[in-house]
Amino acid sequence: MNIPSDIPVTDVDVLVIGGGTAGPMASVTVKEKNPQLSVMLLEKANVKRSGAISMGMDGLNNAVIPGHATPEQYVKEITVANDGVVQQKSVMAYAERSFEMIEQLDNWGVHFQKDETGDYDVKKVHHMGTYVLPMPEGHNVKKILYRRQRKHRVIVENRYQATRILKDKQGRASGCIALSTRTAEVIVIRAKAVILCTGAAGRIGLPASGYLFGTYENPANCGDGHAMAYHAGAELSNLECFQINPLLKDYNGPACAYVTGPLGGFTANAHGQRFIECDYWSGQMMLEFFRELESGSGPVFLKLDHLAEETIQEIEHVLHSNERPSRGRFHDVRGNDYRHKMVEMHISEIGFCSGHSASGVYINEKGETTVPGLYGAGDMASVPHNYMLGAFVYGKICGENAAEFAAARNDIPELDGAFIEQERQRLLAPLQREDGIPPNQMEYKIRRIVNDYLQPPKVTRKMEIALQRFREIRQDLPYLYARDPHELFRAVETQHILDCAEMAAVASLYRTESRWGLYHYRVDFPERNDQDWFCHVQLHKTSDGAMTCYKRPIEPYIVALDDKEKQAYNQLRVKKAVNA
Amino acid sequence: MPIATHATSIPVVVDEDKCIADKGCRVCIDVCPLDVLWINEATGKAHMRYDECWYCMPCEVDCPTKAVKVNIPYLLR
Ligand SMILES: Cc1cc2nc3c(=O)[nH]c(=O)nc-3n(C[C@H](O)[C@H](O)[C@H](O)COP(=O)(O)OP(=O)(O)OC[C@H]3O[C@@H](n4cnc5c(N)ncnc54)[C@H](O)[C@@H]3O)c2cc1C
Ligand code: SF4
Ligand code: SF4
Repeated sequence: MNIPSDIPVTDVDVLVIGGGTAGPMASVTVKEKNPQLSVMLLEKANVKRSGAISMGMDGLNNAVIPGHATPEQYVKEITVANDGVVQQKSVMAYAERSFEMIEQLDNWGVHFQKDETGDYDVKKVHHMGTYVLPMPEGHNVKKILYRRQRKHRVIVENRYQATRILKDKQGRASGCIALSTRTAEVIVIRAKAVILCTGAAGRIGLPASGYLFGTYENPANCGDGHAMAYHAGAELSNLECFQINPLLKDYNGPACAYVTGPLGGFTANAHGQRFIECDYWSGQMMLEFFRELESGSGPVFLKLDHLAEETIQEIEHVLHSNERPSRGRFHDVRGNDYRHKMVEMHISEIGFCSGHSASGVYINEKGETTVPGLYGAGDMASVPHNYMLGAFVYGKICGENAAEFAAARNDIPELDGAFIEQERQRLLAPLQREDGIPPNQMEYKIRRIVNDYLQPPKVTRKMEIALQRFREIRQDLPYLYARDPHELFRAVETQHILDCAEMAAVASLYRTESRWGLYHYRVDFPERNDQDWFCHVQLHKTSDGAMTCYKRPIEPYIVALDDKEKQAYNQLRVKKAVNA
Repeated sequence: MPIATHATSIPVVVDEDKCIADKGCRVCIDVCPLDVLWINEATGKAHMRYDECWYCMPCEVDCPTKAVKVNIPYLLR
């Protein structure tokens, strides 16, 4: 069947979905590499202020800068922080290009902190090496990216939410279907290569406040990319390695140890005592955090009240103007003052995010997913602990490779009109009903069940109940009801959140051991079992529509580790509590 | 399944005297990553239509007349 004539079709060579961090870099790279190619950057919000770095960033969490760290050291650090389950080649591909990207950004006008000698002022936050580079003027990153997109004449399509990847008969990614978030118009973008840059899946769990949009992640990042990749038949990896972060309680934003740590701040228990050696966000650190939180010495606090006035002012300047600037406003209403009292911390809701943990759509060191022509970069792809700089580097890697893939394809992709029509009907159905279940109610229910049954510590029977409940909710999908296009796009998001919740349960049930500290702490399989589980868990949709997992072996290491190094992240609790 | 309409207190407030949406300004509406700011049909000024806010602040910072104030959503306060 042909594409229905009332659905507009736009042709481009490369389609980039998600205009936050990785997406803008990918789109600009395609043009730099091959100016003949046309590139579209499709964004459900507006590229001017979208994504995790909407208001800029406090610093680079993983800068590999000559003289401070080597790519080999970095690969070791990330291997150990991930309990050995990494594809070192893809971590190395990042590490080797990390410095080049810092210089490119510096060249574009992004300012990083330098010392008196003009050298980058890198700080130690990780357990072993030195990788944190502050950017106190980091509020203008989005503006700088925007200028580059304009310069290279990237076609920008704002306020369209991609909903499904389209494939041609040979199974190559060939564009997407998208829905206008303001008018509910359904459109098709036909492309010769597609790069997914849709960020983390940050709306799977419910924040402690109960506010659906009070998430750690930018809530626009709700797992659309994970669901789209899944339905396109791509593999997802390490999904059971949840993202869980230590945050300011209720505010649910970073505290932030990377800013305050180098200046003398630290994470403390109720007695003001340090209980972890290292504030770098890892599963092992989160497990100690969780234990303290649940103990008689809990809850956990950010301690700054011992610092000098100038230091506190410096911290406030960074924390209250960049990244999450409403932090100061939150403290005002609560009567929090870093000078006089410790500020309560808590753990975040769960999510999928390779930027901070390792969960995401599987990619190799070229940014390729398992679907030909489909690439992935940033928080939604599987390269662990990648953070902002990793999103930029993989955006660039994907841009280069997708440009090549698209240029080598000299057909006009043939699309399946019947699939497009069926998808349009699925998308618009909630708008055509007279009444039913509003998306926010269904979303709340899914996310509440995630908290009740999937938030670690994980328990087999609880996760089975979760799966059963998710499958019951699936039966309710024909009742989803939207009163306007805005609610309709939330209804589409809700369906993707349900997909992600189900994936979180299935992947977690599959791995019958504990690993990555709190991220996959299974009470009924409390030990790490390298014999059976030193591997990636891959999740995908089989041709008959079933959600299944299999084990992907770990590729031979390219950087060897000795036994002492392997243990480094297992000793994060301070030996004897020291008074601050 | 019939539905009810709930009241909810919203975090973002627009000062209608300062807002120049009637002169064509759409800045806050354009930049909001969650698309929750719209034109209020009754007044022609910008307002928050959906209680789905990340308290991220581009709307406030980018407004040319300083008409927008982002408060922390009540459930978090
Ligand atoms: C609060 C916070 C603080 C952080 N602090 C630091 C830090 O100090 N240092 C550091 O290095 N890293 C930090 N990070 C991590 C870093 O910001 C991220 O790893 C990085 O920005 C991710 O880039 P991305 O392109 O994958 O996602 P994003 O930049 O979030 O972009 C994803 C984009 O995809 C769009 N999108 C989603 N779904 C669709 C769809 N269906 N159709 C169209 N568009 C879609 C979204 O609107 C969004 O614009 C922080 C993250 C957060 C949330
Ligand atoms: S940016 Fe300011 S002036 Fe412009 S529409 Fe919004 S509130 Fe009104
Ligand atoms: S604070 Fe952020 S999410 Fe809330 S209205 Fe303003 S721009 Fe939108």
